[in-house]
Amino acid sequence: MKDKLNQIKEEALRQIRESKTLEQLNEVRVSQLGKKGALTELLKGMKDVSPEDRPKIGQLVNETRSEIEKVLEDAKKKMEAIVLEARLSKETIDVTLPAKSMKVGNMHPNTRALEEVEKIFIGMGYEVVEGPEIEKDYYNFEALNIPADHPAKDEQDTFYISGDILLRTQTSSTQVHEMEKGKLPIRMIAPGRVFRADEVDATHSPSFHQIEGLVIDKHITFADLKGTLAVFAKELFGEDTKVKFRPHHFPFTEPSAEMDVSCFKCGGKGCRFCKGEGWIEILGCGMVHPHVLEMSNIDPNEYTGFAFGVGLERIALLKYEIDDLRLLYENDVRFLRQF
Amino acid sequence: MNAAKNWLKKYVPDLNVTDQEFMDGMTLSGTKCEGYHAMDRNLEKIVVGQIEKIEKHPDADKLIVCQVNVGSETIQIVTGAPNVKEGDKVPVVLDGGKVAGGHDGSPLPEDGIAIKAGKLRGVESFGMMCSIEELGSDRNMYPEAPEDGIYIFPEDTKVGEDAVEVLGLHDTSFEFEVTSNRVDCYSITGIAREAAATFGVDFVPPVVNETGNGEKVEDYVSVEVQDPDLCPRYCARVVKNIKIAPSPQWMQRALASSGIRPINNLVDITNFIMEEYGQPMHAFDLDTVAGHKIIVRRGKDGEQFQTLDGQMRTLDSEVLMICDAEKEIGIAGIMGGENSKITDDVKNVLFEAATFNGVNIRKSAKRIGIRSDASGKFEKGLDPNNAEAAINRACQLIEELGCGEVVSGMIDVKEPIKPLVTLPFEPDFYNGLLGTDIDKDTMLSIFKKLEIAYDESTNMLTMPSFRQDLLGKADLAEEVARFFGYDKIPQTLPKGEATTGKLPFKLEVEKIASRVAMYYGFSQGMCYSFESPKVFDKLLIPEGDALRSAIKISNPLGEDFSIMRTTSLNGILSSLSTNYNRRNKDVRLFEIANVYRPKALPLTELPDERSTFTLGMYGEGDFFTLKGVLEQLFDELGITASRKYDPSNKKPFLHPGRQADIRCKDAVFGYIGEVHPMVCDAYDIGTRAYVAVIDLPVVLPFVTFDRKYEGIAKFPAVTRDLSMVVPKDVCVGNIEEMICQRGGKLLEELKLFDVYEGDQIKEGFKSVAYSLSFRDKEKTLEEKDVSGAMKKILNGLESIGIELRA
Repeated sequence: MKDKLNQIKEEALRQIRESKTLEQLNEVRVSQLGKKGALTELLKGMKDVSPEDRPKIGQLVNETRSEIEKVLEDAKKKMEAIVLEARLSKETIDVTLPAKSMKVGNMHPNTRALEEVEKIFIGMGYEVVEGPEIEKDYYNFEALNIPADHPAKDEQDTFYISGDILLRTQTSSTQVHEMEKGKLPIRMIAPGRVFRADEVDATHSPSFHQIEGLVIDKHITFADLKGTLAVFAKELFGEDTKVKFRPHHFPFTEPSAEMDVSCFKCGGKGCRFCKGEGWIEILGCGMVHPHVLEMSNIDPNEYTGFAFGVGLERIALLKYEIDDLRLLYENDVRFLRQF
Repeated sequence: MNAAKNWLKKYVPDLNVTDQEFMDGMTLSGTKCEGYHAMDRNLEKIVVGQIEKIEKHPDADKLIVCQVNVGSETIQIVTGAPNVKEGDKVPVVLDGGKVAGGHDGSPLPEDGIAIKAGKLRGVESFGMMCSIEELGSDRNMYPEAPEDGIYIFPEDTKVGEDAVEVLGLHDTSFEFEVTSNRVDCYSITGIAREAAATFGVDFVPPVVNETGNGEKVEDYVSVEVQDPDLCPRYCARVVKNIKIAPSPQWMQRALASSGIRPINNLVDITNFIMEEYGQPMHAFDLDTVAGHKIIVRRGKDGEQFQTLDGQMRTLDSEVLMICDAEKEIGIAGIMGGENSKITDDVKNVLFEAATFNGVNIRKSAKRIGIRSDASGKFEKGLDPNNAEAAINRACQLIEELGCGEVVSGMIDVKEPIKPLVTLPFEPDFYNGLLGTDIDKDTMLSIFKKLEIAYDESTNMLTMPSFRQDLLGKADLAEEVARFFGYDKIPQTLPKGEATTGKLPFKLEVEKIASRVAMYYGFSQGMCYSFESPKVFDKLLIPEGDALRSAIKISNPLGEDFSIMRTTSLNGILSSLSTNYNRRNKDVRLFEIANVYRPKALPLTELPDERSTFTLGMYGEGDFFTLKGVLEQLFDELGITASRKYDPSNKKPFLHPGRQADIRCKDAVFGYIGEVHPMVCDAYDIGTRAYVAVIDLPVVLPFVTFDRKYEGIAKFPAVTRDLSMVVPKDVCVGNIEEMICQRGGKLLEELKLFDVYEGDQIKEGFKSVAYSLSFRDKEKTLEEKDVSGAMKKILNGLESIGIELRA
């Protein structure tokens, strides 16, 4: 009996060694361990074994079975590994072949720039508002301290519709709408389309975009204006950006300033990009003129505020190094896909 | 406004800074300097030499050999210049020196031209004699220079001197951008006053002495101002026995440094005053002034007048004219008349220095079509006090230059001059507005430099008359800030109540629309808000259609930009066309921008500005691709109500069989369709194109960002297939509507899985097949529940004449 067991084991191990495929291994399992397999057949001979030897033989049979099973399992694992390896090797692809195109569309560079600006100011607690593009003279000019005969109102600059209705020349008109709501404090930015009678060329467009900013509260100072816009410049153009404020004149702010940022290309040393100046003019700003506050029923003795206006196209052109304004309105996808 | 350093230094003699420091300092105090150029740039080793001897060149007919005394030595120079003779004093650039340019006056090379000793046709030459062009200038600025040849100095010039110095070219011209509120800075003295305050040195204005021969001006001329609203002040003086001659070199150089060509002493004096004081003056030939009387009055409509440039001008009743007893002799503040202009034979002159209404001058100049230096200054609104100062300064120069005999006295016709503005001194307000802690004394010393007088007893400040921009306390805060230094003001952030930053609902929705479009490969375009009225024809929009009621711009840049768009179609189609004609494949574009719908025309109230989401595409994809984008958008916007695509409302610009209005409940969200082939043709798009236009204000009320979890179904679904044959022109939308209506709550989903027309189907019909899915959220469905629902559906379909397939 013992010899027979040994024989079965040897035979099984030999068959396992000689198996080349998983199928062959499976055949070994069936022929040796299966219901009609050699081991099962052997067990049928147990009846001839003396009762006292039976437990011992039974244990021997089980041991043989588990020994074969183990070898079989190991062989199977090895074999599976070989098969997998063969499959993987067969499935090798040329990873340098082109990607399958699943192109998403692209944002207009103006929008990309606007979203950056919005993010900065929303983070500082500013609400984004809008105003009408076709506007009353009062909101575009008069309420901003630009009286009837001011040169800025000349037809060569402003598109008129009829009577006191015109295409707004500046988003500053939204300042007035916001102040008239009578809800203070105000922290807002107002992006939008504006219009001026400029012929189309590489640096001019009769239609472009501005972002207006307005803060009105008690004790707002020129220092606050400087600090806020310095944060804005750093966020937009990089941590190392420096700002410079130069006195300027706008009818609706006093004091007024223009802000330059250090050239983000050369860091202020002077290069072709900043025309050797090291600085790039970026926006106009100032403290809201007391007369402007008064006209919108805000007491200038109690409240002060600052305002600023920045050209969106100017930011987009600078940031993305676009050299011709006309590209922004042609909508050639070869241009748009770069943003 | 150009101002040269040497001229400025006459009034700020202690100014001692480099050109760059000057530019930066002036810019930071508010007089923005755009740049400067050194007039002696690339002029090196150039001295005054005297030609002692001229001989012919042995081997060249057109060259001569000169021995030139340059002070320290005598050198040999070979030249081809035709105009020199022995004894002439000329500019000589020595060996190793530099000149600015060539003698032909072509653009100056960046680094100038280096001059070295060498041989010309075998004869040694140790330098070069220079023309005015080689010295970087021209005959406009040096009228005495010969047309073609070497510049010759006056006989009394010292040999060996720095020739650049003698020519007055050691000078720098600064270009300033003066803001419109600072009329006073359109003058050399105005800039000088700012410079003095900026650099903390004294401002020394010109000293004007009384002039005159003792005679009375009233005996020579009288002035009547009939329209004082347009001429608040008119000052007149008379100069007799005019002797026309070139003006002295210092005056010529001053004018040239401002870019003004010297002409003669009389003209140069008026130009000099215009620059120095910012006050334009006019000189009339007194002997041509009929009745020796000046009348200032409005012109007559349609009248013709010849200005001194020889042009005929058409007048109107809003143009202010200077007239004599009989006729017009000048357009006030703009240009004098041909009939009274100064000639070389002039004997007696009437000087005018006046103040005119700036707005009137600006508008008149524009209507007439002249913008002179004078009108450019007058239109800014000049200080009436300046007229008197300027005319007296001019007469002083007349006497100094020996240009004529000044008659004593001045005729002065004026409206009451506005009293000077006074404001209280409010240091706390200035500091509060600026966020600074500047002490009172610093503030007062700034005001003092600006000639703002302070009366301690009343605590009042008085503004100088030339500062018409100082009207309120914020203006004074700015003056403090400018000279304290904007750069010294600290940077802080606003304190006070916190506010929430946010995008309004509408902009959030627009952002989602953009995002969905971009997911599906649409790139964002931007189009103009104005376009040509011809677009309606291109879009086949019939006469009388509401879309043709567009707002017109009264002063457009041209017909192509003359109406505010009522539809976004032209923009998107033009953009598709641009791409198509540049051979870009598979183009998908979207735009979110306004269209403008007037409530009535002509506009009396603001129009309806409607934010419009427009999609356009050609190439890969079709109608249903675009429809898919829209459906995805509506899902993203949380619109649960079903959309109905209604093909019945035909739009002329879309394919008649491939278009639909998008309806939801009672609202029309917009439309979608294939562009009509004729419209494609008109836009030069040679392929099928698809557009969708969504009127966002209509969609907004349906949008919600709220989401509620509804649970995941626990009980199994039961599916049934449904196949039917329907007439070809029945829209599946109608079938679906019926199925949904009859399927009730149990019907969870219906999926169209086949539409077939062909062999097995009779002519004019199509086969449509759906897979319906039923589910009850509360329990497992039983067969009878499903068959009940199916029966209702089948009955419903039969009721609208739909035949079920076996």
